[in-house]
Amino acid sequence: MNPALTRWRRQLPLVVTTAIFVLLFGAASLAYDGFFSLRTVTSLFTDNAFLGIAAVGMTLVIFSGGIDLSVGAVIGFTSIFTATLIEQAKVPPVLAWLIALTAGAALGGGMGALIHGFRLPPFLITLAGLFLARGAAFWINTESVGIGHDLYQRLSAFEVPLGPASLTTGALVLIGMLFIGYGIGHHTRFGRTLLAMGGNEQSALLMGLPIGAAKIGVYALNGACGALAGIVATLYTGSGNPSMGIGLELDAIAIVVIGGTLLTGGRGHLGGTLLGVLIFGTIQAAILFDGRLSSWWMRILVGALLLAFVLLQRLLLRRRAA
Amino acid sequence: MTPPERTPLSARRQSVVVWPLAGLAALLVLNAVINPSFLKITLLDGHLYGVPVDILVQGSRTLLVALGMTLVIATGGIDLSVGSVVAIAGGVCAVLLQAGHGLGLTLGAALATGLAAGAINGVLVARFGLQPIVATLILMVAGRGVAQLVVDGQVVLIASPSFDFLANGFLAGLPVAPLWVGACYLATHLLVRRTALGLLVEAVGDNERASHFAGLAATRIKAMAYVFCGACASLAGILTAANVRAADAYRAGENMELDAIFAVVVGGTALSGGRFLILGTAVGALLIQTLTTTLYNLGVPPAIAPVPKAALILGVAFLQSERVNPWLTGLLRRRKEPA
Repeated sequence: MNPALTRWRRQLPLVVTTAIFVLLFGAASLAYDGFFSLRTVTSLFTDNAFLGIAAVGMTLVIFSGGIDLSVGAVIGFTSIFTATLIEQAKVPPVLAWLIALTAGAALGGGMGALIHGFRLPPFLITLAGLFLARGAAFWINTESVGIGHDLYQRLSAFEVPLGPASLTTGALVLIGMLFIGYGIGHHTRFGRTLLAMGGNEQSALLMGLPIGAAKIGVYALNGACGALAGIVATLYTGSGNPSMGIGLELDAIAIVVIGGTLLTGGRGHLGGTLLGVLIFGTIQAAILFDGRLSSWWMRILVGALLLAFVLLQRLLLRRRAA
Repeated sequence: MTPPERTPLSARRQSVVVWPLAGLAALLVLNAVINPSFLKITLLDGHLYGVPVDILVQGSRTLLVALGMTLVIATGGIDLSVGSVVAIAGGVCAVLLQAGHGLGLTLGAALATGLAAGAINGVLVARFGLQPIVATLILMVAGRGVAQLVVDGQVVLIASPSFDFLANGFLAGLPVAPLWVGACYLATHLLVRRTALGLLVEAVGDNERASHFAGLAATRIKAMAYVFCGACASLAGILTAANVRAADAYRAGENMELDAIFAVVVGGTALSGGRFLILGTAVGALLIQTLTTTLYNLGVPPAIAPVPKAALILGVAFLQSERVNPWLTGLLRRRKEPA
């Protein structure tokens, strides 16, 4: 087959995702006065910062053919954990963040080790991780804890001006993470190992790729991403809350799939995840702008998009196989 | 020495149920030691009351969902959408009852929504060949929204004595809910074990392609499992709504899929599909409810209750692991045979 055509077909999900984003954003701009502005675009990043960061980690896990249901719970745990460390134990914020990131990576790495070492299904192990992290979060505190540290005040007030709009700290972290995730996923040996593993674990193993290290590594990385998302969530809300991020893992998975990454693993793109975040954010922003539409249309629309994308992927795969 | 392959299939099935049963017994003994009144059942106004009765009543909801989940997992799939279906069915009941419709129409409509939801999942998985996790994730996400749409975002109260009876009533002194859920269990058992249906489901779960070549309607069997699961979830939705006399689209059926999967896995059905045990599922459902009640009685805040559940899931997963299991069996066999 013509190599240019093959390459184009491989990028087709990404092209379709871009088209859908442009279409959605355009429709919302036509329907609502004042929607079409740079401010709306930057707020897409700000309001979905922690969801987007979680989606970056999830993308890499899904590359490897795995899944991680624990990210929402890790966000909740990190949120209340850092707030308690800063407010009650008087730990400097930077140190608290490092501890939280280590804890997230340790939980993820532990789950990865169980999944790899004992050949346990990722679904089950990360489900246990979800219960564990959420339980630990509520064990620390069942109420939310406000954070009044100077650094927090300064970081929440910090903004990079961008014409009439501006990027907040959370948005900057998200953009940074998207770049880092892109680098890891598409330009390192680790990223290629993940994709090879997701494509066919047996042949990746026979090729001599370090499957075990990559698998444990990707879950540890995702645990750290969850913790980072939790930290950004504390910045966004100015407090720590144990019930933060309930059900967020589903949104993150939905974003990854909408972004054209194959849930069976082995194929995908971090750029798609960026588009997924933007599409998700646009739907949310449009519903907020409208004011008449109830919030549950969000869920229904995301479900419908998910369905459309999964069927599209199916169609493309089938045509390729034929 | 008889090789393990020669032991009759039924005996091997039962031997697996021993584990969850032992767990259930251990929990009950622990409770009885801590609080002697735990096992006490009293007769009040001709009705049975007591913690064990409570466990049966509360556990019947999980059992209903887990019944359907067992068949889906046996085909090698999973259904994440059951919680949302519970919420939708409850919402349909509340809205129809409030509009003054009869009980028969209400229950029929709720069951129909479950069947429809199951059919959607079944078509996506069996016909389009989507991964079960993804296919049912769609309805899990969208279904919650549909449930909120049905009740218009409100918590709709239900004031129907006959509907209430389904969950909170008593028949000849016995609570009604475990009775009809038990009947559902029995019907399912007869359906899958007294006909070839159970065997066919196991064949499809074990090796779909091989069973297709052997002449089984593998696609249809797979799809039917999801339809059955949807129907079970809608019945659980009816039970949930009747129990609290209201439909709460936000919270109803929350984490229900986890409890159901948990009950199935603890009951000895492997997540990889193939052989399944609905007796094990029933014991698993009771085990999880007993665990929840125990934690509640011990004064563990409900928010922390998931942690012991997580530990139990891990333990069971370990026992079922391909790596650990042969090692354990080898250890046990060596001890039995003096070398």
